[in-house]
Formats: sequence, structure tokens, C-alpha cells
Amino acid sequence: MSSRENILAAVKANQFSQADLPGLEVLNTLTATNDDLVEKYKTIGSAGGSFVYEVAGYEAIQNILHKEFKPGVKIISGIKELSEYTYVADVKNELSHSFADVELCILWSGLGVAENGALWLTEEDMTVRVLPFIAQHLAVVISKTNLVPTMAQAYEKIGGATYGYGAFISGPSKTADIEQSLVIGAHGPRSLSVFILP
Amino acid sequence: MSSTATKDHPQLAAIFNRDEPRVDWHDETLWWVRAKRDIAAHKLPEWELLRETASQIKNNVLSNLSTYLEQFEANAINNGIIVHWAANAEEHNKIIYTLLEKRGISRMVKSKSMLTEECHLNEYLLKQGIDVIDSDLGERIVQLAGEPPSHIVLPCIHKKKEEIGDIFHEHLGSAKGESDPKILTETARQHLREVFLTRRAALTGVNFAIAETGEFVICTNEGNADMGAHLAEIHIASMGIEKIIPERKHLGVFLRLLTRSATGQPITTYSSHFSKPQDGKEIHVVIVDNGRSIQLGREDFRNSLKCIRCGACMNTCPVYRKSGGHSYHTAVAGPIGSILAPNLDMEKYADLPFASTLCGSCSNVCPVKIDIHDQLYKWRQVIVKAGYTPKAKTLAMKGMAFTLSSPMIYRAAGKMGRFTFKYAPFAVNNGANPWYKHREMPKAPEQSFGEWYAKRKENKK
Ligand code: SF4
Repeated sequence: MSSRENILAAVKANQFSQADLPGLEVLNTLTATNDDLVEKYKTIGSAGGSFVYEVAGYEAIQNILHKEFKPGVKIISGIKELSEYTYVADVKNELSHSFADVELCILWSGLGVAENGALWLTEEDMTVRVLPFIAQHLAVVISKTNLVPTMAQAYEKIGGATYGYGAFISGPSKTADIEQSLVIGAHGPRSLSVFILP
Repeated sequence: MSSTATKDHPQLAAIFNRDEPRVDWHDETLWWVRAKRDIAAHKLPEWELLRETASQIKNNVLSNLSTYLEQFEANAINNGIIVHWAANAEEHNKIIYTLLEKRGISRMVKSKSMLTEECHLNEYLLKQGIDVIDSDLGERIVQLAGEPPSHIVLPCIHKKKEEIGDIFHEHLGSAKGESDPKILTETARQHLREVFLTRRAALTGVNFAIAETGEFVICTNEGNADMGAHLAEIHIASMGIEKIIPERKHLGVFLRLLTRSATGQPITTYSSHFSKPQDGKEIHVVIVDNGRSIQLGREDFRNSLKCIRCGACMNTCPVYRKSGGHSYHTAVAGPIGSILAPNLDMEKYADLPFASTLCGSCSNVCPVKIDIHDQLYKWRQVIVKAGYTPKAKTLAMKGMAFTLSSPMIYRAAGKMGRFTFKYAPFAVNNGANPWYKHREMPKAPEQSFGEWYAKRKENKK
């Protein structure tokens, strides 16, 4: 017998009688709060090390980015409206390694979670999987109507969607491995800016 | 660690305890992490319901594991993932070596996986001439120091920043005497970026594997798993059979519990869902048993397979905090490790279930409600019955049995004890008596209970 059959047979022989799955409904209704999600997101996101901006539109985003990033640095954007930057679809066939010198990457997220500041991005939003990790800085744009209270509602929203890859990103890359002192900027982006549109 | 292979928990703890200020510092740091967990848990009114739900989901998983494994496999294959099965550590290591060898890959980058620690993958690959670099900062530090991780979430929690500075100076060329965490982290960032960009193979662990969708989830704060996996040609993910959860929506329960329990964070920075390989690349999943199916059959201990490896039971354990992770001489240290290890080798790990005060704090913080301290207590009985009692305990118990076997000897021993306490306290308050460690011995009563009782009767007459 192969290891597969052996393992499955051993597991089958040793597992006990059927225990039912609990329902999640009670939990999900409990966590469907009426809090101001933008406020909550701002508080939690900032505590997690992100810069959170509530903005009126793309022009405001552009103004902030102009202040934060010098002209001439490599910026890749997944957002059509921010047209002065290299559009991600135009470089999608380049080798992932060639993005090592990207200073800023700007992407769209269709789902944000107020309880933990996490933003859901799928491969479709990223175009290139490594982009939000390899860039020195990351910016994510989200509409306030796409915020949900907790992870419970987040997975209700994701539902049975298919994707090759997806990630909840909740802040800049960080570590506390040296004597538990928090350092922002481990392997991934040194900062996360979140722009919340109306 | 060959040097620790022959030593048991009390002996290894004694080594750690030689440096008292370090013990206090270790103790306080972990307690601080535990306190952060409490604050995070108290913020959610539904915390207890979450724990109960998580525990019930895992109950269902364990009662149905073979079906879920097959379902996961079928869906993963459907997604284009290549699935392998390994009955034990040896087979796991061989599968990985074969995958690398076939492609002529001799260097791999790894993100944290306690399963590969359990299987001693690094040592094995090194012997085959394969260079493995751990990319989680804490793991990289202990790897450079030639040590195993001492904690499943905080691998180098036992190290001071000055020691890390020395290690980086020696291996990564940072300035001598540099101990600023920011500068040291930046040094590691530069070093590991180069590693990520040049490795053709990446290995990661698996936090959750979803039967319904065939995808798996990896949680990190640093983003190292993603940097490795997205840049490599081949991504190998090692998972224990118990990592399965039934449906995607159940992640909404477990991701809420995991980091709140671990460090008090509301979620890890990255919770990455791998469903299909990138175009032109490969994802391999190695599903590992290595004793887990046996544990599933041990009714008293099967609950330990619910563990989501948050580390909360270690942070709260008074013994772990004062004895250090390395004293457990097993990949997963602390209370949960002391339940898992005897399943693999009862003789070798007979000491571990005794490395606990049975205070119950571990069970109280466990996000999936494992009855940890009850299981430790049960292991003690199994181990004693099987004849594997740790030596120091056997001697003490034999002495006890001898003393208790005769009323005369019992009384004489009591008198002797009280005499010793009164006139020669140094004979008790020394290092040879394990009870004296970090305790003042109590003052002995003037008379024994027996004597007091006899006198009381007399007075009443
Ligand atoms: S046993 Fe419970 S508390 Fe300990 S690591 Fe596992 S899940 Fe966390």
C-alpha cells in the first residue's frame, strides 16, 4: 500500500463517531455591529502601523502621493484613474524579479475589515502576485462601502469566489523577533497607506 | 541538538536557571505577551463563543478527517496543485529532496514551519548538500546560532539583542557591538532580499488547509512566505494531516482567534490563500502523518490535534517561562509540545508531562479549548504504567512508597524531617532538593499532626 492509502486507512480506523459542525449564524449576527466602520477602520489600521486617509477622490490621493514620493521613482499602479504611473497590466508579463526596484505599488481592494484593518486582495487585484510584497511601499485604495465589521462578514462576502491567490493584508511588513521590539519593514513594504474613498 | 539529547527537562532547565536575571527577563517578556493576549481577548464580547465554535469545528474535523483529507486532495489537484503523502519524517524529507534534486536545485529558502523542525528537514537536506535558509527573522537568528527555535511563535525569545548583534556581526557583517533592533532588522532585510531573489525553490508551512476549496492559508507578519513562494519556480508546502478545516468560511473563526491568542494582534499582517500555482510555476503540498493518526486513536489525547499553534499555552505556562523552550528538547515546546511528544516516543519524552504544575492556565487560554492540563495529567499515568517514569521521580516515589508502607517508619521520617528543618535547614534548602529551586522551604511545624491529635485527645479527657 502507498503512504496515501496507509495514512487514510489509519485515520479512518482511529477517527471517532461523527461530530456535527456548529452553525456560524449566531456568531455572525453577534458581530454585525452598527459601529461607524470608517472610524473603526482608521483606529485599528493606524494602531497596526498603517497610514489611513479618508479622501474625497483620486485627485486627493494623487496630491498625497506627490508629497510622499519624489518624481522619478518607480511606481506601479493597478488603478486606471492614477494615470501618471506605470499601469500594472502593461508590465504583467515581466519576470517577478524585475520588480525588486519598485518604490511604490498602488492597488485596489474590494473588501476591508474594520476589526483588524485587513484588506482583501486577490491575484486579479494584484496582477502580479509578488507586487504588494516586493515593493518598498504599498498603497491600497478602497471604497468605504466595501468595509465590513469582522472576518465573519468578510468571508460571507468572499463566499465561493475562485481565485488563484488571495491575501488579507493588514499593515506594513513587520517583525518583533528581536527582544519583542516592534520594527516596521521586515521583508515586505516599509509602509502601507490606505485611501478610503466615499 | 545532540548535546541535549541525553538530558531531561529538569537537567536542561537547571542549565537555563544558572543565569537568574535572564530567567526573570524571559519570564517577564512572555508574561507581557500573555497580558497582550488578555487585552485582545477581552475586546471581543463573543470571545468564549468563538473558542467554543472553533473547538466544535475541530471536533467535526477529527471525526471526519479521512473524508476531509480526500476532499482537500481532490480539490487541490483540481486547482493544479501537486499532492504528496508522507507517513513519517523520513518520507517527508525524501519527497522534498527528490523534488529539488530532479530540478538540480541546491539552495532553498524556507519560511517558518514547525513541521519541518519536527522532521529535522534542515539537517537532512544539509547532509544531501542542499543549503536551506530560514527567512523568518527569529528563525534565521537561531539558525545562524546553530540552535533550534525555543518557541513556536517567537523562535528566538530566549536571545538578547546584544547576542543577536554578535551573531549578525559574525555572519552578516553588521557593525561590532550593534544591538539596535531597527538596524539589525534592516541588516537581515538586505541579506534575505538577496536570498529571496536568487532561490528557485521555496518551502513554507501551512496554517490551514481548506477541504471545500483545496486552498491553503499561511500567516506571517513579515511577508517572508510570500516573498519566497512568489519568486521561486517551485513552492513546496508541508502540512500535518490535522491542519484541515472543512470550509473557507471557517477561516472567519480561526483567523480571529490565532493572533489574538498568540501576541494580542487582531490578525497577522499577511494571511495568504494559495489556491492555484502561478502560470508556469508549481505548488506541491506534502501531507504528513508522522504519528498524528496514532494520536487520533488515543481517546484521551486526540484533542491535542486541534492545536492551531498559537503559542498561548507556552506564554502563560509558569514552567515554560522559567525553564526556557530548549529545556523541552522537542520541536514544539511547552504544554502542548509535552502532550504531542510522548505520542512520538514515550520513553524519550517521558519527562515532559511532568514539566508542568497542572495549574490549568494553559487550558484556560487555549483558543480551541484543548484540555491541556488534564491531558498532561493523563500522560503521567500512562507513562508510569508503561514503566517510563523519569529517574529522579522514580527514586523519590520509591522513597515515598517505602516511608508510607509502615506507620513506624512514617513517624520516624516525620520526626527526622522536622528535626532537619529546625536544626539543619541547609540540608533541605540546597540545590539537591528540586523543591527548593526558586522557593523558600516552609518552616516545619513543632509537632506532627499525629502528635497534635494525640495531645488534643489527651487534653479533652
Ligand atoms: S494548545 Fe492551544 S494554546 Fe497551545 S499552541 Fe495549541 S492552540 Fe495555542
